Amino acid sequence: MLSDSDRIFTNLYGWEPFGLAAARKRGDWDGTAAIIAKGRDWIIEEMKQSGMRGRGGAGFPTGMKWSFMPKDSGKPHYLVVNADEGEPGTCKDRDMMRYDPHKLLEGCLYACFAMGSHACYIYIRGEFKEEARNLQTAIDECYDAGLLGKNAAGSGWDLDIYIHLGMGAYICGEETALIESLEGKKGQPRNKPPFPAMAGLYSCPTTVNNVETIAAVPTILRRGASWFSGIGRPKNVGTKVFCISGHVNQPCNVEEEMGIPLKELIEKHAGGVRGGWDNLLAVIPGGSSTPMIPRDVCDTVLMDFDALKDARSGLGTAAVIVMDKSTDLIKAIARLSKFYMHESCGQCTPCREGTGWMWRVMERLARGNARVDEIDMLIDVSKEIEGHTICAHGDAAAWPIQGLVRHFRPMIEQRIADYNGHRMAAE
Amino acid sequence: MSASVGIAETGPEQPKEFAFTAANLKKAKAIIAKYPDGRQQSAVMPLLDLAQRQSGNWLPRVAMDYVADMLAMPRIKAYEVATFYSMYNLKPVGKHFVQVCTTTPCWLVGSAGIIDACKKQLGIGLGETTPDGEFTLIEVECLGACVNAPMAQINDDYYEDLTPENTVALLQALADGKPVKTGSQTGRRGSQAKSGPTSLHAQAKAAGVEG
Repeated sequence: MLSDSDRIFTNLYGWEPFGLAAARKRGDWDGTAAIIAKGRDWIIEEMKQSGMRGRGGAGFPTGMKWSFMPKDSGKPHYLVVNADEGEPGTCKDRDMMRYDPHKLLEGCLYACFAMGSHACYIYIRGEFKEEARNLQTAIDECYDAGLLGKNAAGSGWDLDIYIHLGMGAYICGEETALIESLEGKKGQPRNKPPFPAMAGLYSCPTTVNNVETIAAVPTILRRGASWFSGIGRPKNVGTKVFCISGHVNQPCNVEEEMGIPLKELIEKHAGGVRGGWDNLLAVIPGGSSTPMIPRDVCDTVLMDFDALKDARSGLGTAAVIVMDKSTDLIKAIARLSKFYMHESCGQCTPCREGTGWMWRVMERLARGNARVDEIDMLIDVSKEIEGHTICAHGDAAAWPIQGLVRHFRPMIEQRIADYNGHRMAAE
Repeated sequence: MSASVGIAETGPEQPKEFAFTAANLKKAKAIIAKYPDGRQQSAVMPLLDLAQRQSGNWLPRVAMDYVADMLAMPRIKAYEVATFYSMYNLKPVGKHFVQVCTTTPCWLVGSAGIIDACKKQLGIGLGETTPDGEFTLIEVECLGACVNAPMAQINDDYYEDLTPENTVALLQALADGKPVKTGSQTGRRGSQAKSGPTSLHAQAKAAGVEG
């Protein structure tokens, strides 16, 4: 279990004010100019050494991502912070923005300096009004205190930070859709390459990072890469904010050590599974896009990128959705299928048509009104969608269904048998 | 993608003209100034939002035209944006716009019961508005407050840790014009466990949330 002294987000629950005076007491904006004086190469190298992998879901190494930005492109460079938090199960970035916004802003300054950027946009989902309000208050405080604007924090670097509110579209959490949206268009993902580091916002070099990634940067730079990389397991290091929802006694967000056993996470922080651990049926470990894992895997699995990949799932956003034995798993996944259908941007045929098709089949499977060979057809179709679209939305729609069938096919077959048995009995 | 009515549709509710008020014009200029010169199209989303607020929480066709013209962008591009994002209301909604999340994390902990309570209390179905124009009820996709599920958004505010009982009380208070508590309806602080903190004990003691 992570010690309190190793926690980054010490105001995660909003016990203290979010403003600058309280943030300074928590250690934010301490020695900022001296850290910047170490130079951009030092910052990028420190981020590489820290082993930080992006906290938005894909887990790409942050320092490496930053190093892809050209040194002198002759164009403006941009940092865009992805605060379009919308992966079902996930509600961590919102707490960092409403309760601890200065960590994010100070992180933006280091990231922008390291990547040669004088402008940063924070793209917040439009529904997050309190979050945007607090963050804007924090930005205003920074300008008043000389921490942003010209010669930010006395570092010699000029930086402006702007908030841009989304207006309701899950797909804008995909980085190129987010960039399109920021340019004032429909949020439809772009083909890659070119990658944003070459041609992103306004065709200029751009890096898109998750809120949690950037908000952790000041603490990493202050305490050192080896502190961060010393927590967790090799290649899966640092601290992580987990969101535990569903059938637990005490749903909560908590910052823990990367690689904490799932069972320990649920029992220590979320009050255990409703009705006890033996009442557990399955867990979606990393937000709705990650395939579910059944109880026997939950017994021992560790909560990090590689352990969950080995369990044929993923850490994703570390949003743990717990389902006890009262759950109709087929309905639970059918509801996610409806979500992916609703949120498909409509650009690629396999996703636009396939998400609706899969939802309709899932609804029939939930009733049992299907043939057993349609389960195979559903998996076939899901594999035709997966990997055949511009962005990962198609994959994300396919994986929950594949996870369900992988682990609970007999349950689906039983549902079909029951439905047909009742129908025959009625005839 | 929002499944909205066609925007060329001319209903009796569609006004003939739209212009920002002086105060909103000032806000619009400040919004446009956030983006580089020549990139004013970036302001289309916030400006459509501003127009929607001025129009009583829905976005008439003439307001889209006005915003597109202001930003020197083709009107069709503004229509594309207005119909793509789910937070633009293309027809009028009630004074209290009740949006209940029913995605899986909320569904697991009883969002269906919240929907039922809303329907019963308001006497309307999903997608409907009460005859007095006070309430519109819809279901929405994940609003990102899953640890405080089930939850709903009403206008700009989140209401969390809902039960059928506290939902009915909330709707009644809104109907009566009484002040309501936003956020958790059970008094929970943020997303901490309701039984008390499991971490950050020194901070909890200093803040007086733990003995």
